[in-house]
Order: sequence, then C-alpha cells, then structure tokens
Amino acid sequence: MVEKVKVENVTKIFGRHPRSILKKVKAGVSKEQLLKQTGHTVGVQEVSFEVNDGEIFVIMGLSGSGKSTLIRCLNLLNRPTEGRIYIDGENIIEFDKKSLKELRQKKIAMVFQHFGLFTHMSVIENVKYGLDIRGISKSESQETALEVLKTVGLGGWEHKLPVELSGGMQQRVGLARALANDPDILLMDEPFSALDPLIRREMQLELLEIHSRLKKTIIFITHDVNEAFKLGDRVAVMKDGKVEQIGVPEEILSSPASEYIEDFVKDIDRSKVLQAKNIMTKPMALVFISAGPKVALKEMRSNSISSVFVVDRERKLQGIVTVEDTVMAIKENKSLQEILKKDYSTTDPETYIQELIPDATDSKYPLAVVDQDNELKGIIVRVSVLSGLV
Amino acid sequence: MKTAANFDAAGKMIDFPEFLQFKLGIYVDQFVKWLMNNFGGFFDAISSGLLWFLLNIQAFLLWLPWWLLLVAVFILGWKLKSFSSGLTYAFLIFLIGAFGLWDLMMSTLAIVLTSVVISILLGVPLGILMAYYSNVEAGMKPLLDGMQTMPSFVYLIPAMMLFGMGKVPAVFATTIYAIPPVIRLTNLGIRGVSSEMVEAAVSFGSSSWQLLTRIQIPQALPTIMAGINQTTMMALAMVVISSMIGVKGLGMEVLIAINRIDIARGFEAGFSIVILAIIIDRLSQGIADRSKVPE
Ligand SMILES: Nc1ncnc2c1ncn2[C@@H]1O[C@H](COP(=O)(O)OP(=O)(O)O)[C@@H](O)[C@H]1O
Ligand SMILES: [Mg+2]
Repeated sequence: MVEKVKVENVTKIFGRHPRSILKKVKAGVSKEQLLKQTGHTVGVQEVSFEVNDGEIFVIMGLSGSGKSTLIRCLNLLNRPTEGRIYIDGENIIEFDKKSLKELRQKKIAMVFQHFGLFTHMSVIENVKYGLDIRGISKSESQETALEVLKTVGLGGWEHKLPVELSGGMQQRVGLARALANDPDILLMDEPFSALDPLIRREMQLELLEIHSRLKKTIIFITHDVNEAFKLGDRVAVMKDGKVEQIGVPEEILSSPASEYIEDFVKDIDRSKVLQAKNIMTKPMALVFISAGPKVALKEMRSNSISSVFVVDRERKLQGIVTVEDTVMAIKENKSLQEILKKDYSTTDPETYIQELIPDATDSKYPLAVVDQDNELKGIIVRVSVLSGLV
Repeated sequence: MKTAANFDAAGKMIDFPEFLQFKLGIYVDQFVKWLMNNFGGFFDAISSGLLWFLLNIQAFLLWLPWWLLLVAVFILGWKLKSFSSGLTYAFLIFLIGAFGLWDLMMSTLAIVLTSVVISILLGVPLGILMAYYSNVEAGMKPLLDGMQTMPSFVYLIPAMMLFGMGKVPAVFATTIYAIPPVIRLTNLGIRGVSSEMVEAAVSFGSSSWQLLTRIQIPQALPTIMAGINQTTMMALAMVVISSMIGVKGLGMEVLIAINRIDIARGFEAGFSIVILAIIIDRLSQGIADRSKVPE
C-alpha cells in the first residue's frame, strides 16, 4: 500500500490571530469557551491520518464537526494554523505559489456540495475550465472534456447551461469537471447531500464504478453513516474538530470508540455492513466425530443446548447431532456417525448478514460459518443475526 | 417707541453677529491658486486629455449622418426591446432634429458618453478593489454615501475652480456626480458571486486574474450593467445642470429659455431632454438585461 496523503497534527483556527491561541487549544480549553473568551473558532484540532493510494477514505461527522474545514486544508483553500500535510511525500504547506497552483491544476480536484458550477458557462465550458486555465489547446481540451462527460453519463448534454440540468446531472458535471484534469486525488465535500435519496443511491453506485475503473484516491465527506459505510474503504469519524475513530466500517460498527459514534451508527442499516464473521461466535461446544454419543450428550447438558456440531480432527464440519437423537443412540448403542444430520445451513465468513436473515430465521439450528475448506470458523445463532440489525 | 425698541433689540439677537463672520472662501481661493501654481501641469494634462477625448467623441457624433443614427437607434430598440419600441425611439430622436436641436443634442451626448466611459474606466476597478479589500470598502462607503447625498450642482464649484468654465469642468463634474453607482454596484456584484463558485475556481488552480476575468466579472456583469445604467442616467441629469458653467447643449437652451421666459424654446429643449433620458434608459436597461446569467 502506497501512502498518498498524510495529514499530521493539523489544527485550523478561525479568527484574527489564530496562532496566538494555539496554546490554549492545546491546553484543552473547550471550543465554546475559546469562542467566548477570544472570539476564535476551532475548526479542526490536531488531526492526523493517512490515505492510501487508490483508497476511498470517508470523513464522517455531524454538521459543524469540522469536516469541510479539514478537507479544504488538503488543497489549501484553508491554510492550517499548524501541522503538516504530505501529498506524495511533499509537505504542501511549504509550497510556493507556483507549486501550489500546479498541485491544484494537476494532482488534486474538488467536488462541491452545491456543485459550485459556473452558471454563465455551458456544461462543456465548465468541464474544460481546469484545462483552459492551464493553457491546454482548444482541440485537446474539447476532446478530453467530451470523453469525461461520457464517463459520467452526460454525453450529448455538453451545450446545455447548468441551470437546465437536474441536481443529479449538475453534480455529474461537477464530477466531470474534477475528473477532466485527470487528478490523482478527488476531494468530495458532501457531494450527494443535496440530492434526492434515489438519485443519491444511483450516484453512489456510479462513483464506486468510476472508482474501480479510474483508481483515483478519493477523500469523501458525508454526514450520512449509510453512505460512509457503503463507500468507505476506511472511515474517520469527527467530532468537535477532532477525529474520534478511524477504521474499516465493520470495526467502527462492531466496536465504536465512543458514545457519540454509537449514536451515530444507531441508524445504520447494519445488515449491509456487518458480515457473518463480525457476528459469529465461537461454538460453546464441539464434539469430535470419533467421540461417542455419551460425550456429545454431556457437552450439550453442560452447556444447556439442544444440538451440537460435529467436526473431525482438522475441525472440518461433519454434521450436527440433536439431543433427542443422541439419547436414542445411547439406548440403541449407535455411533455418532449414524445419527449425523446435515439439514443445517452454512455460510462463508464474508457473507453480509442481510443475506443470512432468511436462513437464520428458517433454520432450527444455528448457522455454521465455514471457510472454503469446510473448516468450522464459528456459529451464528438466530438471535445474533436479528440483534445485529439493531 | 416701545415696540420699535423691542424690535430693534430682538433684531440684534436674530441677525448673525458680524464679529463672528469670517471669509473661508478667500482661503479656499488661495488654496486653489496654490494648487494651480504647483500642480498646474497636472491639471492641464488632465484638462487636455479630457478635452481631446471629448472632442473626438463629439466629432464622431457630428460626423454621423442623422439618418444613420435614426437607423441605429431603431435597430437597437428593435433588438433589445421590440419592433414598435425601435420605431418609437427613432421617431422621438427624429423629433429632436425637427426642433432644430440636433447639434445641441450631440454636444450633450458627447459629454454624457465621455463621462460614462471615464466612470466605467475608473469605477469598475475601484469597485473591484472595494470587493477585494474590506478596508478599502470601509473607506469608500462613507465617501460614496456623501457623494450621493450632495445636491448635484455643488460639484460645479470645485470643477469650475480647477478647470474654469466650459466643457472640461462639465465632464469633470458630471463624472464625479455620476460615478458612485458603477463603483457601488461593481463592489456589490463581485461580492455577490457565490463563494462556492469562487472556491471552485481557486481549487482548480486559477490565478487571481483568471478568477477575476473568467468568473467574478462575468458573474457580476448584470449588476455592473445596472450600475452603468444608473450612472448614465445621472450623467444626463448632471450635463443639463452643468449648462450653468457655460456648456453648450440642451441644458443651455433650457437655461436661456428660463432667463428669457421663452416658453416655446424651453418646452422644445426640455422635451428633448426627456426623450434622451427615456431612450438612454431603455436601451442601457436592455443591454443590462441581456447580460443576465441564469441563476
Ligand atoms: N470561514 C470560517 N470562519 C469562521 N468559522 C468557521 C469558518 N468555516 C467554518 N467555521 C467553523 O468551523 C467549524 C467547523 O465547520 P465546518 O468545517 O464547516 O463543519 P462541517 O463541514 O463538518 O459541517 C464550525 O464551528 C464553523 O462555524
Ligand atoms: Mg460542511
């Protein structure tokens, strides 16, 4: 994994003399107090993270938590009060005017919440803007722009004005404009928040599709957990200007670092994020196929369960036995092999629990989670599928 | 008599006491003389520059065949408003000619045009500076407010002091009087450009010049044009008044008519001024509407 962006200890304070109150910020004076005492607002405080090449990194947080302030630091629309930002190993804070211009023209592009389209220009002039100001020849920029417009599904709309387009299409123009310079990094500040839910879902899928084709590094901001977990390879959760937790979606969902995050993930549709491996438990009891029915019965009794999975020496799943069958087998002197049942369901660890719901609710037995080699990794009882949803 | 004595005593209280009066005018006069002695070259340069510009415009207007101007007004009116407006405007201009006031109208128009061009050349950059620098705005605002509350003919005095009588002081006074709207509305227009649009332009690596010329000015253009419209109307009003410092034109006709109580002459000239005002307003409004960008 190549590190594309590295943010180190970045603080951004708004006000007349931001540096003068750095000490107070570091001493832990609260945001409200600072605003009251000094008239300064802390936008972002001591934030650090890295983004890998080709990754979709999502920054999530409530409104006012500093997401926009942070993402605007990455192309220096905001100049951090303190800290370092490395892009491809270079600290962009130290860039002179020329290098900064070059960075913005070639390496990093931004998509805005309210599109930020130039309303006096046609769609294609908007898309060409970044190329035009670099002095790229007319024919070349025209060709590039048409191609990019096709990529975002807007072929044939190039001569319309932005106002003649729907919100979703306007944001496609915004995306096309950002892609036209072929930047390595896309900064997207709540790009879909202003869109209808349906259009929004469509745009999310298209973004994922474009991402898989073009392999850009994307830093994406949202206040919507579902969107964050759907798009993000990794997600950073912000609160009051600080990053509270960074991790892959399942991590954040299954072990939220704070109450704030717990609240946040409450309204997530978990079934689309959590996988079998996130909710499976170690089986309380296991019986080897070589053991007798008596051992099996003892295992069941001591764990107060009514069935138990049977494995071989390599933990490969052989079947399940129920307590009734086992009692009968003891009476009739049968072996476990003879009473093995196979009418349980299995799943692999990567299956989303959304897909497990029918099996889990229909089956009498817990679900067996097995890998490709049929090795038993864990079990999922019905209650954990259903409770994983809340 | 008792009452007379009372009256007398009261009179002393009512009249401004003579010993408190002083002649500020003398000092101002001396200051202007000092200016002239030390910066005479500067004012001469301005004066001859203005005059050169004005005379060229006037020469051009007078060179224009009368029917060509009628056709031009008709076509402009047609394109910007409607066919019938075009016809009406052309007919009204024709009327001014029929009153025998064609050349005077051209003199008036020449001063208006000169002042408007100078106002735009100075006012737009000033407005942009105001939009970019809040301290410039803070300094300019009270000045502009003051300029706009001042009765127009007050400007004639400094103009006359610096440039004497005639066309040059008229252009000077007219420009000063008419420039505030274009400054004000340029500032307003540039400040009103959506910040996201500006950020977008910056985020793609625009230079300040590219941001200004490709985004901010085109976006602010409708507002700037509204300012130019107001400036033009104020310039016309001022030109009429500057007949007081000896500018030939429609205003002078009115002034003469008033002095001689010549109703016929006064009516024709006055009516011509109204016609000019209406047509200039409609046409420049039409141009301003054209520049509207869809929101
Ligand atoms: N230009 C600014 N001047 C002063 N305060 C600002 C500015 N921009 C943002 N802030 C403040 O910084 C904090 C974070 O804002 P923002 O980054 O916009 O949050 P988010 O994008 O997460 O909603 C807020 O308290 C906001 O008021
Ligand atoms: Mg925001």
